Amino acid sequence: MERHIKMYTENLDFFYGNSQALHDISIDFDENRVTALIGPSGCGKSTYLRCLNRMNDLIPNIKVKGRAMLDKKDIYDPSLDVVTLRRRVGMVFQKPNPFPKSIFENIAYGLKVNGVKDKAEITRIVEKSLKQAAIWDEVKDRLNESALGLSGGQQQRLCIARALAVAPEVLLMDEPASALDPIATQKIEELIAELSSRLTIIIVTHNMQQAARVSDRTAFFYLGKLIELNDTDTLFTKPELKQTEDYITGRFG
Amino acid sequence: MATHLQKQIEKIKKEILSLGAMVEDRFQKAIYAIKVEDLELAQKIIDTDFQIDEREIEVEEECLKILALYQPVAMDLRFLVAVVKINNDLERIADYAANIAQRFKTSSQNKAKFKYDYTAMADQAAKMLRMSLDALVHLNVDMAYEVRDMDKDVNLMRNEAYDSMKRDIRNQPEMVGDIINMYLISRHLERIGDHTTNISEEVIYLIEGEIIRHS
Repeated sequence: MERHIKMYTENLDFFYGNSQALHDISIDFDENRVTALIGPSGCGKSTYLRCLNRMNDLIPNIKVKGRAMLDKKDIYDPSLDVVTLRRRVGMVFQKPNPFPKSIFENIAYGLKVNGVKDKAEITRIVEKSLKQAAIWDEVKDRLNESALGLSGGQQQRLCIARALAVAPEVLLMDEPASALDPIATQKIEELIAELSSRLTIIIVTHNMQQAARVSDRTAFFYLGKLIELNDTDTLFTKPELKQTEDYITGRFG
Repeated sequence: MATHLQKQIEKIKKEILSLGAMVEDRFQKAIYAIKVEDLELAQKIIDTDFQIDEREIEVEEECLKILALYQPVAMDLRFLVAVVKINNDLERIADYAANIAQRFKTSSQNKAKFKYDYTAMADQAAKMLRMSLDALVHLNVDMAYEVRDMDKDVNLMRNEAYDSMKRDIRNQPEMVGDIINMYLISRHLERIGDHTTNISEEVIYLIEGEIIRHS
């Protein structure tokens, strides 16, 4: 099968002030595939994820070296519009963070910011996004109620719907199910499988079984370095490096 | 410090090894019973086969519990999968030991005078079993490959038994039933050799991560 690389980084270094958090990270992300980033706390996987839509720009005193490319264009090019980048590369966070607004407004907000004015069009996209995020049936009769009244799992799917509304090409997920119960987690995982047919997904997770279930490829990070990048099946049955083996089998530090 | 999972895996390792020792003891005793014509011993092997069956189920349940509770990966996962299969091979070997004892019993009821010495063949199969389990415990891949090579000797001995008994049937056609029964013992020993080969192939999978069965 011919690979189409949606996004890649090449020799990416990242610094918080003088402290180097990422060393020489090169990863290709295939289009419409799921890549999982695993590793112990502080290994740099979330920092790396945030480099991919320049979320780290908001932190003072940071420095990025190397290249991060989306459709062969450098996302750190000074002429690039960061708002457009973040529309194309959406993000879902660990804790569901709906706006203190109605369910409908949560989804419509991003559309309005992006200049969509036609009400019928907005209504159509809100419904479509909620359906894609597998939450439509649960909220269709209460679209004008506050999003804060939803359960944690519903709020997280709402946030996924909000990210999907602006039609991203890549979706970054930072521990999207870590605050959820097993049933809500299962729904998110099924959603990832469903979305991966039309979206490139990069997910950071502490739950290794989750990485094994949802992803096609897995990257293992340790101390800011990429240790092993492999097909998920191989990484979890027969990793190439002892360091990976020690981490995933819990024989670590 | 070993994690809880590693302690459980160590426990399983001991259990499978102890089951292996029990199984080896049985089929060697079955062959010994033929050699010294000890019907009582043969009967005991047949009557106590259920003990092996019970142990097999215990080991399997233990493995399933670990798989469900710890969701092991990599080496740990391969180890548990290998043990589930090896456990099954050991139970089959014990069944063959009981079959051997049963065939001896049937022949002696007919007051057969026919005998064939299976000691060498049984020793070879026992050695293969011991080595395959040693290879499992010490993760010794070379030893596992060696067991795989030894299987052809057992097959050769089975062929020798076949040729020898073909001659015996010609010379004593009235004994044909008993001779066939005795021949089938070599067939059981040969199958035991096959199961030890399976065990060694599981060990190779465990260490190298490649399934080499059927290759």
